[in-house]
Amino acid sequence: MPKQSPIPDEFERPYFDACNEERLVLQYCGACDRFQHPPEISCRNCNSAAQLTWRQIKGDGHIYSYAVVYDTPLSLMQSEQPYNVAVIDLDEAPGCNVLSHLPGTPAEAVPVGAKVELVFETTKATGQMVPEWRVVDQ
Amino acid sequence: MISDQSAFDLPNPRGPFVNFETYSAPSFYRMEEDLKLWEHRGRVAAAGVGHAPTLRRWDWQAQSSVGAWSLLAIHNALEDAGISPSEVDGLTMVADTSTGAFWPEGREVPAEFLKTFKSTKDQWDGLTKLSPEWIIKNIPEFSNVKFASVASFCVSHALTAAIQAVGDGLCKVCVVVKGWSNFEGRYRHGGALAQDTVSGPRKWIHGMAGPACYPTAMQFQRYLDKYNKTHDMMAPFVVNSRKNGLLFPEGYFAQHRPDPITEDDYNNARWIAKPANLLDNDLPIHTAGAYVITTAERAKDTRHKPVYVLGHAGKGWINGQTQVAARPRGMIDSLEEIEEYCSSTAGRLLTSAGISVEDVSFENMYDGFTLFHVFHIEGLGYAGIKRGEALDFFQTDISIHGPNPVSPSGGNVGGGRSRFWMHTDSIQQIQGRAGARQISKPAEIGISGGPVPQNSSFLVWSATPG
Repeated sequence: MPKQSPIPDEFERPYFDACNEERLVLQYCGACDRFQHPPEISCRNCNSAAQLTWRQIKGDGHIYSYAVVYDTPLSLMQSEQPYNVAVIDLDEAPGCNVLSHLPGTPAEAVPVGAKVELVFETTKATGQMVPEWRVVDQ
Repeated sequence: MISDQSAFDLPNPRGPFVNFETYSAPSFYRMEEDLKLWEHRGRVAAAGVGHAPTLRRWDWQAQSSVGAWSLLAIHNALEDAGISPSEVDGLTMVADTSTGAFWPEGREVPAEFLKTFKSTKDQWDGLTKLSPEWIIKNIPEFSNVKFASVASFCVSHALTAAIQAVGDGLCKVCVVVKGWSNFEGRYRHGGALAQDTVSGPRKWIHGMAGPACYPTAMQFQRYLDKYNKTHDMMAPFVVNSRKNGLLFPEGYFAQHRPDPITEDDYNNARWIAKPANLLDNDLPIHTAGAYVITTAERAKDTRHKPVYVLGHAGKGWINGQTQVAARPRGMIDSLEEIEEYCSSTAGRLLTSAGISVEDVSFENMYDGFTLFHVFHIEGLGYAGIKRGEALDFFQTDISIHGPNPVSPSGGNVGGGRSRFWMHTDSIQQIQGRAGARQISKPAEIGISGGPVPQNSSFLVWSATPG
């Protein structure tokens, strides 16, 4: 899937640097015992950055829901329409979901509830790598 | 995320053209978890509503610029109330007027606009955004305005700020105005979305897939799976909304496309982000609307019957002077989080007003995207429905003549995207002057507001002070 290359803000850099090493790290607040994503400068729950750290996870998850995009304003993605976008619940970060285009899964055949695994894709403009999730063959 | 000052720095109260105090709008919202009965219940009222005409897109005429039409809407609202502009001492508004269409590249500001209206230091003021300073400079009779507040996001928030400010005694006659500027070109196409890189917060949600409706579509797909429903069950609601919208003379469809739609039209509409189709999305338009909010005492002598405010409540996260949407742990709110937001907001709203849902005669909750309406009315428990039952409810009589009128305003899908038809209709229903839209049952108490479950403010309007 052709995508815009994300330009990291400074506070997001550990996340994107890890992606370039094909590792997924998420922000974790020790005070609240919860993950959050996307990254922010403070915890969305307690509003403090004092105990905000980066934790690496394996990234396994399950498909929670999805939509199929037929009319996107994003120029780079228009040639791929229709394409799917799925919400992934991460096994290691309860309540903290991520989005994926499920590479290899046809737009209209998203298997809700299926197990997925983490893969990485390279975006063209800058070479920045980003995470995607692929349905695990049962 | 949208901060409260996204479009402007608030004017310096000591500046040369400003003799009013600006207040943080979020300080007026009621978003706490443990809301009690509203302290000003029944002591604040709506006294007037006013609208400008509608256009699909601005026609580049100075007299239909968003600034000009905001002035016109204010004029009409004060006429409606029978209140002189010199009596106005408060002004609340939304600074952002954009529908999402960008100012066409290379297009110059029409000279006629610059000649006709007084400018502020921001050349886009009155064209692509609106400040209290611009309004006050262009209405000389507003010299008595001493209170101004700029709300983020939605006219529902601006109305809420006015209502609370009047209740708090910060002003006595407060005008609320919301303008929309819509330009040529495809909605949100071009600009940053046509680049091969993406910066800032946009990289996370919209940079991932595109259309604004897709996160809601994903939540709605979960809803369909969870409750074993189908998208076509939305059709009677959308058809009914257009029907009601065509009975709203101020609305875009009544003025420019006066044709009803059928369930087949809805079911055959092209997908934007399945399960959200074209008719699940509201149409961006160019228009303006305004309200006059005053004390219940002052409203007794106005032209029409006062419509009392019993309470207000909303959802969001307030941090100091700013207010943003409730924040989930992950990329998007799950359906379960959305359902919880809607239930808790509606519960706090009813508590705030000191009523139960059985007291509600009609509802005008936000609908642009239509899928939001499902979440909002289930959260409220309108007509006794529970989670997962809205689509079955839509198969019953939800018309203005039935026992449970749904969105008698027609909402934003029936009138074009203003986010204010719901408020106008609620006021007019209770005054008994909704014309062809007037609901058959007595209109005693109505609810309006929105917009989205994560970021909202709702109002309870009443024929009596309670």
